[in-house]
Amino acid sequence: MELWYALVDLLPFDWAQPGSMYFMKNALLAVLVISPLFGVLSTMVVHSRMSFFSDALGHSAFTGMAIGAICGFNEPTWAAVIFAVVFALLFNLVRRRSALASDTVIGVFSSTAVALGIFLSTLGGRSFTKFNSLLIGDILSVEPEKVALLAGILLVVLVLWGLSFNQLMLSAVHPALADSRGVKVFWQETVFSVAIAVVVTVSMTWVGLLVINSLLVLPAAAARNVSRTMFQYHLVSLLGAVLAGIAGLMTSYYVGSSAGAAITLYLAVWFLGTFLARKKQ
Amino acid sequence: MRRLKHGKMSGGCGDSCCLKLEGLNVRIQGEEILEDVSFHLHCGEITALIGPNGAGKSTLFRSILGQLPYSGSITFAPAGGPAIRLADGTVMGGTRPLIGYVPQSPSFDRGDPVSVLDFFTAATARWPVCLPIPGKYRERCRRSLERVHGGDLLDKPMGGLSGGQLQRVLLALALEPVPHILVLDEPLSGVDIEGEHQLLEMLDELRTEYDLSILLSTHDFATLGQFADKVILLNKRVLRMGPPEEVTSSPEFYETFHLRMGKGGEG
Repeated sequence: MELWYALVDLLPFDWAQPGSMYFMKNALLAVLVISPLFGVLSTMVVHSRMSFFSDALGHSAFTGMAIGAICGFNEPTWAAVIFAVVFALLFNLVRRRSALASDTVIGVFSSTAVALGIFLSTLGGRSFTKFNSLLIGDILSVEPEKVALLAGILLVVLVLWGLSFNQLMLSAVHPALADSRGVKVFWQETVFSVAIAVVVTVSMTWVGLLVINSLLVLPAAAARNVSRTMFQYHLVSLLGAVLAGIAGLMTSYYVGSSAGAAITLYLAVWFLGTFLARKKQ
Repeated sequence: MRRLKHGKMSGGCGDSCCLKLEGLNVRIQGEEILEDVSFHLHCGEITALIGPNGAGKSTLFRSILGQLPYSGSITFAPAGGPAIRLADGTVMGGTRPLIGYVPQSPSFDRGDPVSVLDFFTAATARWPVCLPIPGKYRERCRRSLERVHGGDLLDKPMGGLSGGQLQRVLLALALEPVPHILVLDEPLSGVDIEGEHQLLEMLDELRTEYDLSILLSTHDFATLGQFADKVILLNKRVLRMGPPEEVTSSPEFYETFHLRMGKGGEG
């Protein structure tokens, strides 16, 4: 962290003065870790049409937090991670076994999870307001250890991408074809949805439940407008996520609004830009 | 009729067998989809599978590919050929055939950011295609595509291919590595007349060049006589099997497709 602080101190911003505003410096580092994480995951969320699924995961993460709080954990996040992973596994299993369309299965899971969350968090006449912070998120509250945790997750996701991106893409394009070439489609889908579950849950506290899914959809949605190959797709998605992350944090600092919302708005502008720049086909 | 490499259409089966299905039964959720299906595929021979929608053609393919549980037996006897070694070092052959599968129209949107090179490399190599693709994979992909006269398709987006072009890319992929058996699910649907002609020519080339056994399903009865060595009429069970003209003039054929005797043509 010392190295990072020393680096940031070189920046020409009033919060970048040496020896002060550490929360802002932590937040900047967190954004630099979270945004590429979402930029990369986003490509496959959009490509395999899982944006509704990742949205539902956000809801289940909140329920996990409520369960964790009731059980009296110091860190309800871990309960939330476990709950989200179970949610993802169950969802995959049910989707495979049932003849229902995937968005119907998601709807069933999502509404159950939300209802359970509200039920548990208001149990015994308790107030819901303590969960309000989760809905909006606060990146300025991030601590250096959490940034390290996020960096670890980023590393794991990058390794996962390096090892199994091809199989994941084939599974999304044509499961039967993927299977005929030796891809374990079910496991690919499962590992990917667990990865989304962990990432969404861990970063929810800082990004905010209400906008977290936009970070999983907008970067790749924007990239699709202008990309013709997988490499361009990843590049534009990553670039958009990181630029919007930095710009969003800066803006929120100067105007005093939620960083998660500001980042999302920048991503929406990025989407509009690529939409207008797209080649007519 | 074309010359056959070593096809034997009737009676007992010599050494030329590639794939034997004996008494195949498939049930999905309690419903009998295939019942007592038996036939043999021979090397260097093109077999066409016809039947109405819901006859179990795709189910049969999935059973052959090992993606569905079945009772009965599917065995593979290479026609005296040695076991072959794949690019990744595993040895195939003996009882388990290497099957090249050309699926029915995979879903690509026009705007999908997947080039032919991306798709091909993702399916044949370990190199993650989210990174720039090195020249050696490009070269390999180009060589494979040239096998199906599609070298110029390399940088096209998958979503922008015509039906015929997409089939050729899928065919090139199914031939990498060269399989014992090539299975094509409705390769002629969504392909225009010229594309269809090209595709059939290509299949003919391939089976002679690689001594492949080819199984394809089709609804295009008019061209059956031009390319198929054997036709299997399937509707849950094998209703009729034999040379194209024999099957398409059989009472079973007319009954299955609700045609009146003497009219013929496409159903």
